[in-house]
Amino acid sequence: FVPGLFNVPQATPVAVFKLSNDFKEDANPKKVNLGVGAYRTDEGQPWVLPVVKKVEKIIVADNSLNHEYLAILGLPEFRSSASKIALGEDSPAIQENRVGAVQCLGGTGALKMGAEFLRRWYNGNDNTKTPVYVSAPTWENHNAVFANAGFEDVRPYKYWDAEKRGLDLDGFLGDLESAPKHSIFVLHACAHNPTGTDPTHVEWMQVAEVMKRRKLFVFFDSAYQGFASGCLDKDAWAVRYFVTQGFEMFCAQSFSKNFGLYNERVGNLTIVARDSDNLKRVLSQMEKIVRVTWSNPPSQGARLVAITLNTPELFAEWKDNVKTMADRVLLMRASLQAKLQALETPGTWDHITQQIGMFSFTGLNPKQVEYMIKERSIYLMASGRINMCGLTTKNIDYVAESIHETVVNVQ
Amino acid sequence: MMQVWDLLSWWSEVQMGPPDPILGVSEAYKRDTNPKKINLGVGAYRDDQGKPYVLSCVRKAEAQIAAKKLDKEYLAIGGLGDFTKACAKLALGDDNEVIKSGRNITVQTISGTGSLRIGANFLSRFHTEARDVYLPKPSWGNHTPIFRDAGMQLKAYTYYDPKTCGFDFQGALNDISKIPEKSVIMLHACAHNPTGVDPRPEQWKEIADLVKKRNLLVFFDMAYQGFASGDIDRDAWAVRYFIEQGHNIVLSQSFAKNMGLYGERVGGFTVVCKDAEEAKRVESQLKILIRPIYSNPPMNGARIAATILNTPDLYKEWLGEVHGMANRIITMRELLVANLKKEGSTRNWKHVIDQIGMFCFTGLKPEQVERLTKEFSIYMTKDGRISMAGVTSGNVGYLAQGIHAVTK
Repeated sequence: FVPGLFNVPQATPVAVFKLSNDFKEDANPKKVNLGVGAYRTDEGQPWVLPVVKKVEKIIVADNSLNHEYLAILGLPEFRSSASKIALGEDSPAIQENRVGAVQCLGGTGALKMGAEFLRRWYNGNDNTKTPVYVSAPTWENHNAVFANAGFEDVRPYKYWDAEKRGLDLDGFLGDLESAPKHSIFVLHACAHNPTGTDPTHVEWMQVAEVMKRRKLFVFFDSAYQGFASGCLDKDAWAVRYFVTQGFEMFCAQSFSKNFGLYNERVGNLTIVARDSDNLKRVLSQMEKIVRVTWSNPPSQGARLVAITLNTPELFAEWKDNVKTMADRVLLMRASLQAKLQALETPGTWDHITQQIGMFSFTGLNPKQVEYMIKERSIYLMASGRINMCGLTTKNIDYVAESIHETVVNVQ
Repeated sequence: MMQVWDLLSWWSEVQMGPPDPILGVSEAYKRDTNPKKINLGVGAYRDDQGKPYVLSCVRKAEAQIAAKKLDKEYLAIGGLGDFTKACAKLALGDDNEVIKSGRNITVQTISGTGSLRIGANFLSRFHTEARDVYLPKPSWGNHTPIFRDAGMQLKAYTYYDPKTCGFDFQGALNDISKIPEKSVIMLHACAHNPTGVDPRPEQWKEIADLVKKRNLLVFFDMAYQGFASGDIDRDAWAVRYFIEQGHNIVLSQSFAKNMGLYGERVGGFTVVCKDAEEAKRVESQLKILIRPIYSNPPMNGARIAATILNTPDLYKEWLGEVHGMANRIITMRELLVANLKKEGSTRNWKHVIDQIGMFCFTGLKPEQVERLTKEFSIYMTKDGRISMAGVTSGNVGYLAQGIHAVTK
């Protein structure tokens, strides 16, 4: 009696993790990992933010703290301070008591909760047919999150123009105009992943105008606030603009990157509703979804973020740490672009400095990517996406030369 | 600026969700100003002063971890390897053949709830021969919505006998013998929630036999290992026996109670497969299920648990502390019965001592529970379940007074 219970096929591994694995196993001393989206110092090391270390000590020393369950929706002081970060301290929506939040497991968890809620309660009940639009390209997990929440129709909206290496605004607006009413659109708040290409303010205003007119649902994914420009408020401009335009919306926030708290799974789903009564009902139903998924969220990371955001000196120190990271990325962008220009690498490389955030869509094609990996031990995604944080003053020459050689020899 | 359509909300049709029956109890308790109030609703351990208890081995593990200055890089989707290996060993035993042959896959989950949910999703997607999950009657209140949300159908088998406040063994066997082949049967490994009623080893053996005859897929929920009898091997006996008998079980584990890591969300989900090759395939599919929910699990609690499980003197200390918590519960059970007798109660309260684990199914009826709450400020769930962890040597006398008053 040993039944082979599960006719379970082998699943293909998630690409970005496979890349990291292959990198680990590569013996070439010159290897460079430009894959996974995590910050690295100029020594190529992970960086625990100084403010995080400080707050961890505070937590350890505080004997009044314990490991009791958080409420289903999470730590209240985390939820409210996190929402303030996204919407601004003086957000009218917050003052009007129509902003609520659900503490979630990372940005993924926030997207998941939002998706599950929308499938149950948006555009009729248990609607699985409402189209969900994600940018072309987008973070690969967006598709899976919404599909697994039950949405049957997850589609791309035009976004990246490969030819001009920039935003395909006409395509984007065109897809907004032709989308069925009430379609859900997943918008990247800033530092678009993977292209690093964000709409300008004027372009965002055009997007908002169409979305309002055609009654489309706004679901922001904000995983890099502070990390893009180095300034929290600047990076939140689009989210805040949409709030001023009267949208009811969701904003999935991640504190993985801007706090460097990747493995503590710190996320927040900010909900902007028409009024506090609607908000109350929404939150009560969010609780039901949380209860059958993880019951209540993990306390450590949320506590850490809450203490930081709610203590003025620590908040200032955090903003400084964020700027340190953003500045290093900007430096690497400028440096890489300068070197490619100096090498006279064929093509234009302005997009490297025009793009923003952790990632750059280099424009390298799959064959060129393969060459980079196989011949130069430089690991990047098949899409041509590189993580700027993987660049250091020590490896940037090697990377620039490799890009040059690849572009020249491989078409 | 705001047009007419702006006044309508997407959420006008969203109903107010019903309050959570268990949380509602805690909330009402908080509002009560009676200085003698007792909260017997929440399933979290309290010390004899009624305070939350952070285990000493946990504090030590935290200090050790802090000194290591680790980074915060993402864990793998399946979690911290040091944790998952130790988690499996704890449940199955160090020398278990399953672990040695590599035919289990154990992933780190968001405590017990997260584990049950991943399990439910996995069965829903891959156990296509049967949609039905059979829960004991009664079971933990959250089991039903979890499995339902995952797309399974819920059925029940007789378990609790309200006449004896004990296990209805014959009733269970009768019902189990009728369960269609390949259905999923949920078994509480120890310290049944909410009744505190566990089968005896001889009864487990018969159940295992019958389940094998019926060719059922066994889903063990083990949320209280160590917490029931005070002995982690004893509490895992049923799980290990079933595996020995050839059942390829799936298993959910929680470290919320036995390590007091409630809010850190530490759990594991295990699938016992037919061989290591199947385990690899199952692992790959579990990752596909996990990624679109939360990508990868939180580090803090798993790191604490792994440190304790893998450091001999911390592990020893932990066993002692778990034993201590279980002993305090057992003592409270005995004290409650003694006090009820002292009050003059002539009812049979033997079940309070026979039941095991955090909870006691008192046998109180809803009207009696309501009186207890209204007249005595003693809070429990409507089904008469009390959390023994909320009982202290300081309040057990008052509790006995109240129970006697509503039952005499």
